[in-house]
Amino acid sequence: MILHMKPSSGAHVGANNSVSHIMGQVMLALLPATAFGIFCFGWPALNLFIITVLSAVFFEALCARLRGRVAKPVIMDGSAVLTGWLLAMTLPPWAPWWIGVVGSGLAIILGKQVYGGLGQNLFNPAMLARVALLISFPIEMTTWANMSPLFFSHSPGLVESWHITFSGLENSDASTGATTLGFIKTEFSQNRLLSDILKDTSGFLSFIGWSRGSLGETSTLLLGLGGVWLIRQKVIQWQIPVSLLLTVALLAGVFHGMDSEHYVGPLLHLNSGALMCVAFFIATDYVTSPNTPTGQLVFGAGCGLLIFVIRTWGAYPEGAGFAVLLMNSATPLIDHYIRPRIYGRDRKGKPLEIPKS
Amino acid sequence: MLSFFKTPRIRGGVHADEHKTATAALPIASDFPLPKKLYIPLQQHVGKPAEPLIMVGEKVLKGQLLAYSQGLISAPVHAPSSGIILDVNDYPAPHPSALPIRTIVLETDGKDEWVETHIIDDPFKLNPEEISFRVGAAGIVGLGGATFPTAVKLNMGRENRVDTLIINGSECEPYLCCDDRLMQERAEQIIDGVRLMLHGMTNSPGANLHLPEGCRTGRYGMKTEHAVVAIEDNKPLAFLAMLVAAEPYPTVNVIQIPTRYPMGWDRQLIRYVTGKEVPVGCRSSEIGVTIHNVGTAQAVHKAIRYGQPLLNRVVTVAGGAVKRPMNVEVPFGTLISELFDFCEVDKEQTARIVMGGPMMGDSLPHVALPTVKATSGILALTQSELKNTDEQPCIRCAGCVSVCPAGLRPLDMANNIRINQLDAAVDLGLKDCISCGCCSYICPSNIPLVQYFKYASGEVMARQQAQHKSEQTKRLIDARNDRMERIARQQREDELARIAAKAERERLKAEQEALV
Amino acid sequence: MTVLSAIVSLTLLGLFLGLLLGIAARYLKVESSPIVDELESLLPGSQCGQCGFPGCRPAAEALAEGSAPATMCPPGGSALAEQIAALLGLDLDLSDVKEPELLVARVSEATCTGCTRCFKVCPTDAIVGAPKQIHAVVADACIACKKCVEVCPTECLQMHPIEVTLRNWRWAKPLNVPAQSAGTGSNAVC
Repeated sequence: MILHMKPSSGAHVGANNSVSHIMGQVMLALLPATAFGIFCFGWPALNLFIITVLSAVFFEALCARLRGRVAKPVIMDGSAVLTGWLLAMTLPPWAPWWIGVVGSGLAIILGKQVYGGLGQNLFNPAMLARVALLISFPIEMTTWANMSPLFFSHSPGLVESWHITFSGLENSDASTGATTLGFIKTEFSQNRLLSDILKDTSGFLSFIGWSRGSLGETSTLLLGLGGVWLIRQKVIQWQIPVSLLLTVALLAGVFHGMDSEHYVGPLLHLNSGALMCVAFFIATDYVTSPNTPTGQLVFGAGCGLLIFVIRTWGAYPEGAGFAVLLMNSATPLIDHYIRPRIYGRDRKGKPLEIPKS
Repeated sequence: MLSFFKTPRIRGGVHADEHKTATAALPIASDFPLPKKLYIPLQQHVGKPAEPLIMVGEKVLKGQLLAYSQGLISAPVHAPSSGIILDVNDYPAPHPSALPIRTIVLETDGKDEWVETHIIDDPFKLNPEEISFRVGAAGIVGLGGATFPTAVKLNMGRENRVDTLIINGSECEPYLCCDDRLMQERAEQIIDGVRLMLHGMTNSPGANLHLPEGCRTGRYGMKTEHAVVAIEDNKPLAFLAMLVAAEPYPTVNVIQIPTRYPMGWDRQLIRYVTGKEVPVGCRSSEIGVTIHNVGTAQAVHKAIRYGQPLLNRVVTVAGGAVKRPMNVEVPFGTLISELFDFCEVDKEQTARIVMGGPMMGDSLPHVALPTVKATSGILALTQSELKNTDEQPCIRCAGCVSVCPAGLRPLDMANNIRINQLDAAVDLGLKDCISCGCCSYICPSNIPLVQYFKYASGEVMARQQAQHKSEQTKRLIDARNDRMERIARQQREDELARIAAKAERERLKAEQEALV
Repeated sequence: MTVLSAIVSLTLLGLFLGLLLGIAARYLKVESSPIVDELESLLPGSQCGQCGFPGCRPAAEALAEGSAPATMCPPGGSALAEQIAALLGLDLDLSDVKEPELLVARVSEATCTGCTRCFKVCPTDAIVGAPKQIHAVVADACIACKKCVEVCPTECLQMHPIEVTLRNWRWAKPLNVPAQSAGTGSNAVC
């Protein structure tokens, strides 16, 4: 009975997980927030979502073919779908179709494949694409649609939504406005005080997600639930989200405590913009975050610090994308300096000394 | 308590599916038919192979010495049954390559006739040196899988200040449960073996007076104070049996430890039990701890009380393709094929044969290989049990970093090895890898990390040897060149001397002629 | 006047700094790295000529000039190539380096006449024997230079591949190449 001539070493059994399984679980965690976002912003949001995901898959397949590989197994690992999905979540819900296509192209080609494909990229592809789009197309990327839930009479119908997605929005002033953070930033420049600015905004509504913003980033509640579920499933570790959110909350708390009229409070910070989505789904990206728990704490804290700094003193109302990209570039450095201690050695790698007893 | 928080006592590790319930409930099978032929390799241990002292055609009795140990770290081999020596030659070794190894082939006569053995009434009256001498003569090696000669460890225990003897009953590998059954059924024997080992490690006055002054590190008259038997908490019955057996002896503690692979890694267990960490490059006895397996303790009991050498062991036969999975006591040299016939292994379904556990064991290419002292289990795994081998790119999920009990970064090491940067991998700690298999187990991309590390370790070793050889070559060439030069110089000098002598002769001749 | 003072001060400054440099050059002199010697010490030194150069010294000179690649020495294999590349600071592509096939000379006892020619040419004294007696090869010292094969009058010396035994068996490198990241190594990891 000759069975297996090629010697193989342990482990002969394996944990029941795979790359596509991990990607699937992340998508499952994203589903409630995405569904809610699509419900809030109507058919145009669904159009944009589908276009972005499909074009991400298309570009992934194209790259695989250009590299002379069979596209199907590459697509099946689910990473391209997830990248497209995350990108779509960060786009303004009524953005025209070409924003989604260009964004996916940037994410897949420039963000991932030029580095050598899955696992090789330095920057988070979705954030890279978002930031590139924001800088290149500032108008389209900051036109935020009003709440217009599916099946409501004043919301755009199916046909109208195709019009919005494929030929652009007419008379945009009537159906769009600013996000909370953007609104605050503009009003600050008019020298208004915070208590005056915020008298019409409701913390609860932005907590459940009933506010203007990116397609899937508005609902703090659903994103947080999805993220906590991911941590429970051990798909992501708690270090990055906790240290990121804690850093933002602490800094906001300190500054808000010092001057409550000029610095936004911690709750509003946590409830608005891309913070939740970034903390649980973007910053925790395996490929572009550090490998060790301590490194992840540092990484999360760095992201939180940069987000707060850009939001508070920067030119953009939201800094999550920039913050994540900057910290991504610091990841190799963090991994180089923060490494686990090897058994029987000290932190520098020298053998431990025999204890004198 | 503070130190408990400072250094986590368990690091990394995985919790794999145990697959033990079916086998652990059955008693150890003792009705295994004695094989017609036994293939007994001369090296079943770490160190130098044993040297045979029998002739082909000679009749031997059960327990008779077949090959004596050579050198300091080695172990003898005994006849597992009575019969006639058929051959001493190269036969395939139970190794992933199945390359030949020197083997004694014994044809059994079915009588199972014992050589004369000496029963000792009170072994505690024996000298500690005598204990470790007898343990060495009985061919006992670490039965947990490392197969390090036990007597050498006992001696090291005497020469160092060892205060804790740990008995490893963790059996953390999935599928395997031979130690579990052994503890359930033969707890008294194990505890007796543990006490004998404690006695064997006692440093009696004058024990090491033969050593020079500086080497006498031990305290004279010092005893290893206590033994700790550590059993994973997934074996409550074994724990109970051992607890009862150890009841009368205050020096032997039986404790439960959490179930987590690789709890049985000696250094992990030492850290968990004592809180001490063994420095890299040191033996555990240097920090005052020695660790033995439960099976070894039982073997010591048999060797000291009844004078029986190590002739057989309990082997777990399990896996999806095994119809009657069980623990079975087999003589060394039994072919795996006979074991598989006994346990009714489905050959069609067997996708891989593994010697040892599924985490650290190696695959075997076929079943015409003997069981040896290291064989704790033989697994016949089906395709559905095996880990998927369809390798995908690393997504840097860092799962391998978090499960590594040694604190390495397997993903970075593997990446460097893939592009032949072996030096970088060594810098990252390749030599501290214990190939426990946790990283391969957890990897969602099915990267054979352990095989990368084994390949790289072998390659690094080969390069060191090549380097050593090239240095030696250079020395040889220099020596030869020197010699050639010396010879040439010698010839030149001889030539000159000859010319001078000739000139001298001629001058003398001329002088004589002049005189004449 | 100001021009003159500028010229004078700058000249003085230049002279002073030049002096400093001169002193520094004398006292902080770095021994120029005798690269050829270092390279030669790395090479096997068996003068086997398999690289195409007449001996290891000329090969080292060619390496130092850059006219020979780091992978030029077949007996050294990839281990040596890596050392040379590290010494010369070269980028090394090991994918096309063939590991040397390990050979060892063996004497066929049936045809050896004990002519002693082989052990006279052996550069490492790996062949032992005496006139009119069968010679033997010390496998550990043989470097597979094949010089003995050339001089043997009865063709009793043959090169044989070194046998794989349990002692020198090693795990093979995993062959499965990941679907995407084949070819290029990861540098995003740093």
